[in-house]
Amino acid sequence: MTQTPNAAPMPPHPIVALDQVTKRFPGVVANDRVSFELWPGEVHVLLGENGAGKSTLVGMLSGLQLPDEGGVLVEGREVRIASPARALELGIGTVFQHSMLVPSLSVVDNMALGGPWWSRPDRAGVARRMAAVCAEIGVAIDPEARVGSLSLGEQQQVEIVRALMRGSRVLILDEATAMLTPKGAEDLGALMGRLTRLGIAVVFITHKLNEALAFGHRITVLRLGRKVGEIAPERLVALGPAAATAEIVRLMFGTHAGTEAAGGPPRARPAGAPLLDIEGLAVDDASVPVAGIDLSVAPGEIVGLAGIDGNGQKQFAEALAGQRRLAAGRIRLGGEAIERLDVGGRRERGLRYVTDDRLGEGTVGSFPISLNLLLKQVGEAPFWRHGIEQPEAIATHARRLVGEYDVRTPGIETAIGKLSGGNIQKALLARELSGQARAVIFAKPTYGLDVQNIRATRQRIREAADRGLAVILISTDLEEVLELSDRVAVMSRGRIVGVVDNNAEARSRVGELMSGVTA
Amino acid sequence: MSDTTRIGGDVLPARRNGARRERARLVAMALLPVLGAIVLSGLVLLALGVNPVSYYGYVLDRGLLNPYGLQATLTRTGPLLLIAAGLIVAFRAGIWNLGGDGQFLLAAVIVAALGPLLAPALPVWLVLLAGLAVGALVGAAWSVLPALLKAYQGVNEIITTLMMTFLGVSFANVLVKLAFRDPATTVPQTRTLAVADRLPRLFDTTVSSGLLIGLVAIVAVHLLMTRTAFGLKLRIVGANPRAAIHAGLNVPLLTMATFAISAGLAGLAGAVEIMGVQGNVRADWNPAYSLTVVPLVFLARFNGFASIAFVFLFSVLSIGGESAARRTGVPNFFTLVVVAILLIMLGITEYLDQRRRAAGK
Amino acid sequence: MSGLFTEAFLTSLVLGALTAGLPLMLAGLGEQISEKAGVLNIGIEGMMLFGAYLGFLVAYATGSVWLGFLGGGLGGMLVAAPMALFCIRMGLSQIVIGIALTLGAEGLTALLHHFQFAQSYPRLPAVETLAIPGLSAIPVIGPALFDRPPIVYLAVLAVAATAYVFRSTQLGLALQAAGDKPAALDAAGVDVVRVRTFAVFSTGFLAGIGGAFMSQVGAGIFVPFMTNGAGFIGIVLAMQARGRPLWVLAGALLFGACLSATTALQVAGVSIPTDVIQMLPFAAVLMVLVLFGRRASLPPALGTHYVRGAR
Repeated sequence: MTQTPNAAPMPPHPIVALDQVTKRFPGVVANDRVSFELWPGEVHVLLGENGAGKSTLVGMLSGLQLPDEGGVLVEGREVRIASPARALELGIGTVFQHSMLVPSLSVVDNMALGGPWWSRPDRAGVARRMAAVCAEIGVAIDPEARVGSLSLGEQQQVEIVRALMRGSRVLILDEATAMLTPKGAEDLGALMGRLTRLGIAVVFITHKLNEALAFGHRITVLRLGRKVGEIAPERLVALGPAAATAEIVRLMFGTHAGTEAAGGPPRARPAGAPLLDIEGLAVDDASVPVAGIDLSVAPGEIVGLAGIDGNGQKQFAEALAGQRRLAAGRIRLGGEAIERLDVGGRRERGLRYVTDDRLGEGTVGSFPISLNLLLKQVGEAPFWRHGIEQPEAIATHARRLVGEYDVRTPGIETAIGKLSGGNIQKALLARELSGQARAVIFAKPTYGLDVQNIRATRQRIREAADRGLAVILISTDLEEVLELSDRVAVMSRGRIVGVVDNNAEARSRVGELMSGVTA
Repeated sequence: MSDTTRIGGDVLPARRNGARRERARLVAMALLPVLGAIVLSGLVLLALGVNPVSYYGYVLDRGLLNPYGLQATLTRTGPLLLIAAGLIVAFRAGIWNLGGDGQFLLAAVIVAALGPLLAPALPVWLVLLAGLAVGALVGAAWSVLPALLKAYQGVNEIITTLMMTFLGVSFANVLVKLAFRDPATTVPQTRTLAVADRLPRLFDTTVSSGLLIGLVAIVAVHLLMTRTAFGLKLRIVGANPRAAIHAGLNVPLLTMATFAISAGLAGLAGAVEIMGVQGNVRADWNPAYSLTVVPLVFLARFNGFASIAFVFLFSVLSIGGESAARRTGVPNFFTLVVVAILLIMLGITEYLDQRRRAAGK
Repeated sequence: MSGLFTEAFLTSLVLGALTAGLPLMLAGLGEQISEKAGVLNIGIEGMMLFGAYLGFLVAYATGSVWLGFLGGGLGGMLVAAPMALFCIRMGLSQIVIGIALTLGAEGLTALLHHFQFAQSYPRLPAVETLAIPGLSAIPVIGPALFDRPPIVYLAVLAVAATAYVFRSTQLGLALQAAGDKPAALDAAGVDVVRVRTFAVFSTGFLAGIGGAFMSQVGAGIFVPFMTNGAGFIGIVLAMQARGRPLWVLAGALLFGACLSATTALQVAGVSIPTDVIQMLPFAAVLMVLVLFGRRASLPPALGTHYVRGAR
């Protein structure tokens, strides 16, 4: 799949270069003396895990952040990119992971945005130029459509077209495939190919290895804020896909990680009557209605729920946990119907939910860890008696869990929002896995964590199953699902489109199901 | 627009670690705006051709040092503390109850009408108890509509409570002029509660026992919010409503409860003001206490004990200012200016503190 | 009651609706600009009041109605300036600062009025009207609508102008984006802070003129606290109009009719306390909120401070 760059003879300077840039945020060095060169006509992949420093690097190229040290060069000249406007002037256009379009405006109005205040937006002219660019790169967009009514993939195309219309010679695509279907990602890859043939330089940021190899000409790997390696186009071609993969894995995860990531010890296949039994579950939802979910999980079993993000996994998990109304269906836990109980009732019977939105809904950031550990038990004895707080009992409980789950914190009174993502996740795991847990839903449990915490979290999930808990593991990371699950269910457009046993063929079967090929 | 109107989360200081330094910082953060406001408002006085030193000296004398002034100040403190207590509950639960003036005034009018009616028939203590209960109920009732709209429709409570205040103030006037008018007077007002039937005075002073009610209420509210499961639930809703849903709290019900308590306390303040101080309500009377207490509660960072200090300070200023109006010719609108400057100084202090802390990291 | 609908009654009703509704309309229009750009401007009451005071002061001192209105607009902008500084630049709570500005303007205008005019209570002469030939001859609505001070026509033109700006200029797009998705506006190279600052000052200018209209045309005198919640009605008008200036005009006239109904009824010989009538607009607003509360849409970024690159 790897292609050679289609550029004419190499120009003397890279079109954009970062020279030993360093960027610090409170408590972390997000980029540590990173150098980076971008040549016209090639797709330069920036590969790294969440938190590796990719977004910061993009931020410095696109004018959202300024480097603390080091320089930015455009065509060999040192520049200061202090604002997105400046980046545009320099010919650097960015398509961010989250859409940078105004939903309530039409496509042309979004494109026209930014002219002199009292001028009339030149809608006809914009539409004309847009049509020209669209024809050149082979996409079709209705200029009058309201952006809010377009799909995410279409919105991305709009942003790419807009960047080109503004004369961008450099296009930065930040985690552009994260929200796309496999088909959408493929289309984007093809589009990137067409762009490079027009001499445009593309920076493609991703944490997915297969995409990096499929779409990229040059690959730079970041880890924990440092650049740990770069594979030039000639070398990438010379290595071939298999050797390149091995090399990248070595760079991304360090030397040891490769072996351990290959999967835990095979676990005895659990058997027995289902502990958690879901039948015909349906949820009304404006964006992704969920319907007809049948799923049962035996004690000690891990059922992975794979799928592209936004296919109803969140709606399903919230309905299961009791945060959302069910439109239909039954949920039985150990034979008892629990679908009419509220969150507290279900929790009392042993159903737990580890949310992926740790700061948004999982915790109250400004509250101490001790109270966050009891967030779902407010008012319960022995922590409250007759509604009065019992500080000793609360502190004892917190100290025990902080110790057991290895939460690294200055103290149990520290506001939880001040902890790192990994430690917040440990606190959430402590809250959900302690006590009388019987069935647990994990939503994207390792999202945004570093390698160590990913490993620790996966270990917790295995241990939970080994204790005899029924586990549902929702993840958009296929590797994770395949590593941990006994069975894999695939969710697409609010339905479970198939369930397969996790064996040798699972990978290809799940892949087919995810891309909509049903057999 | 739920996120837009959140009230800055929770501000409980860490309990043990660095508690002293934290407390010193909070004290400085509360006192700096006060000092700044005194200086700036002094400049306003200068601009108006009034000597600020002699003005503030007079205010201090008449509001604090002079025994009659001090007693008037303490009496004024009572209802203000009740209003502050109500605001603390609401703000900590993330609800902008800006309708306190309507809740206060309507409760005041109804209690004023009810008191003289019940007084001949019932023992004094029962009249007083009934008055307090009715005041709280009326206040709470006047918040039911905003509460329902907020809890079940997500309608912004800033708008609805303000509307209810305007509606309530006019409605109170209608009641005074049409329904409860004392036929014996020419100026429209309600019948007057005899001094013997009012809230008892404390010891040998003229200080109304409303002060005690206010103190008890604000300390109780402080303990409720910091020491109980119910208070914690309200604080969770205030600090992160989505976490409250995730934790299985009944957010609409807690929202309703917040409104009821907050508005009930404002109504109670109205009852205390009538049965402790005024004795009746004249047409077009509206002291607009609630909106001026808002900044004080912010200054105190929703802490009950700190609120007592600031409410007392404000009472000194307002009682002293009323005397000064007669003497120095500076009308007591001046206290509004002081409060506004205070609030802005508070904002600036907060902003500087944030920057300092961000820079220190 | 058949005598109720005489020509005199109707004329005074329409005229009253216009006189009482125009300040509301200007306030609502101003607030709408702020809200569109993502600023919840609670200080608008203070802006109106200061406009009323300064408008009166300037008109009284210079004898010029036009300078008076200009002064009113400047007065509103004077109150808008701290709002722009503290909320838009520094990111302080828009609600807390809004309350502070309203309280401050109330106190300050009352104080200044006390020191300047409390002894004399001067009045301004009636503002001259400009009859529009032809239209002003229509019975009932002619004298009420087309024989008014020129500022009335200008204010109505302002509605059309605002609608044009919203729909057909870059500024309109920028305002919309600042309230809907400020990050997108920033990415397009437009300074969000500048757009919002402009919006807040526009609000101040329009609200100030609205206040000046109350003191110069409506009352002919400045009275402390005279705006009496008109700014807050403006906030509601803006909310209900959901970004459409023409709806603000319609809503303001409706409210104006409610407010002026007392005078009109007195002309007709029916006596009702003003308080009952004053309750009507607020009751109407609440009714609307009860019926359509869920649908009152507001810009997603309303009331939030924009920080570039915040995650």
